[in-house]
Amino acid sequence: MSDSSLPIVNKIDEAAPASRRGLLQLGITLAGACYAGAVGYPVYRYLATPARRAELADSEITTVSIPASGLPGPGTGTIFLFASRPTLLIHHEDGHYTAFDAVCSHLGCTVAFQPDNHRIFCPCHGGVYDMNTGAVVSGPPPRGLKVYHVEVKDANVVVSKV
Amino acid sequence: MSSFPKSEPSGKPNIVDGVYNWADERLGLTEVVALATHKQVPQHKHSFWYYWGGISLLCFIVQLLTGVLLLVYYRPGKEAYESVRQITYDVDFGWLIRSAHSWSANLMVFAVFVHMFSVFFMKAYKKPREFGWWTGLGLLGLVMLFGFSGYLLPMDELSYFATKVGLQLPSMLPGVGAIVNNVVRGGPSVGENTVQRFFALHVVVLPLLFMPLLGFHLLLVQKHGNAVPEGEAAKPLSQRRSVPFFPNFFAMDLAMWLIALNVITILATLFPWDLGQPANALASAPIGIHPEWYFMSQFQLLKGMGLVLPGMMGEVVGMGLFTAVLLFWAVIPLFDSETVAGKRARIATWTGYLVVTGMLALTIWGYAAL
Repeated sequence: MSDSSLPIVNKIDEAAPASRRGLLQLGITLAGACYAGAVGYPVYRYLATPARRAELADSEITTVSIPASGLPGPGTGTIFLFASRPTLLIHHEDGHYTAFDAVCSHLGCTVAFQPDNHRIFCPCHGGVYDMNTGAVVSGPPPRGLKVYHVEVKDANVVVSKV
Repeated sequence: MSSFPKSEPSGKPNIVDGVYNWADERLGLTEVVALATHKQVPQHKHSFWYYWGGISLLCFIVQLLTGVLLLVYYRPGKEAYESVRQITYDVDFGWLIRSAHSWSANLMVFAVFVHMFSVFFMKAYKKPREFGWWTGLGLLGLVMLFGFSGYLLPMDELSYFATKVGLQLPSMLPGVGAIVNNVVRGGPSVGENTVQRFFALHVVVLPLLFMPLLGFHLLLVQKHGNAVPEGEAAKPLSQRRSVPFFPNFFAMDLAMWLIALNVITILATLFPWDLGQPANALASAPIGIHPEWYFMSQFQLLKGMGLVLPGMMGEVVGMGLFTAVLLFWAVIPLFDSETVAGKRARIATWTGYLVVTGMLALTIWGYAAL
């Protein structure tokens, strides 16, 4: 292209005082950050809507009532959803109930009640929890399972957040 | 050239320079920077029109990003309307994303038209830029198809009838009818099958065609540089002015992008896109139904011809006329190829005036006749 030999105008003023250039750079950076925020915030909220709504809905549910007649007999465990969270309800041999968050504190697998071994077991990495307290017995879980309050009211087993 | 990254020649080499040099040795960045700084963009009283290709590109990028975001919640087929209703009224800022997508689509069509006419009147289609013109026309066609296919996706009353009418027209052409019915519409009337395939077209097929064509178009722009209008080209070199592409023109281009982005944001915020009633195959078409503004001139041409010619003759003559103008528009670089302005150049220019005036007049008539 012959255009490359054309005279150049509007060259950026290299000799501009350093303070003015610094101010300009700061202004551009701030404006850029404003744009990034103005675009980023709605996009984040847009994408996060289902997660936020579920969290909100979950926090509103504090009690779950299950008809005792629908539950299996003593010496069994049942997984049910407490809002959107898998929860383990253990019906002990002596007839009393305990309930724990069924999400393993290690990497989020759903745990299982093993009545023969008298324990709660996570098959993913071999985590073992106490079936009465939810405390870690062995394996990689960093902490015990969250415990729920359980009482039998009328013919219902009522599980509630402590 | 090689000193470009070292903005402070006396300073010690820092980590930025180190990373730059590391990447430069492997990617040849300095060559790219040299190319960009040496590339000159002509400056003259019509330079303003150079920005419209860039504005079209920005709109496309906005379309790409907002389109991906809409894909997160949009469900084609049976639930199309419900999913757009959720996006518009339930999901946080969904109305904003959808409105930005719609407004940016409209601005993109507008910018592409301005870009095309400015190229036309600057006669930038002449040798060696013929392929730039043809790829540009191809991109324009794809943009119109993007608009047409995207318009149906919410499956509300308006989009339903607009698509119904839009598909009816080509289906009247001999030999094309069966193809439109069986392949494009996917049934005897617009329905779930149509939305599903328009969706595939809109988010997969058209982008797959558009992006390589756009890449080729931009490559050609890079190869041949900006064309100058005839009056400017006639001046001696010493009287012609230019600025380096980088950073001067690039900075101006960026400013234009920011202005366009602000316009899209303001429009999307103050005039959020509406969602009508769900499409109902049993309801009659709403009064005053009309196509999007960028299809209005073609629509009014057919309607106008229908007024003066009996039966389907109006549609046939209208479509024939439209096709003839389009064909002439496509072969204009071959028709008006002389380097010195002559009779053909004048015919081309006057055709351009006629097309612009015709399109504007038909569009205004179309809206006035609603």
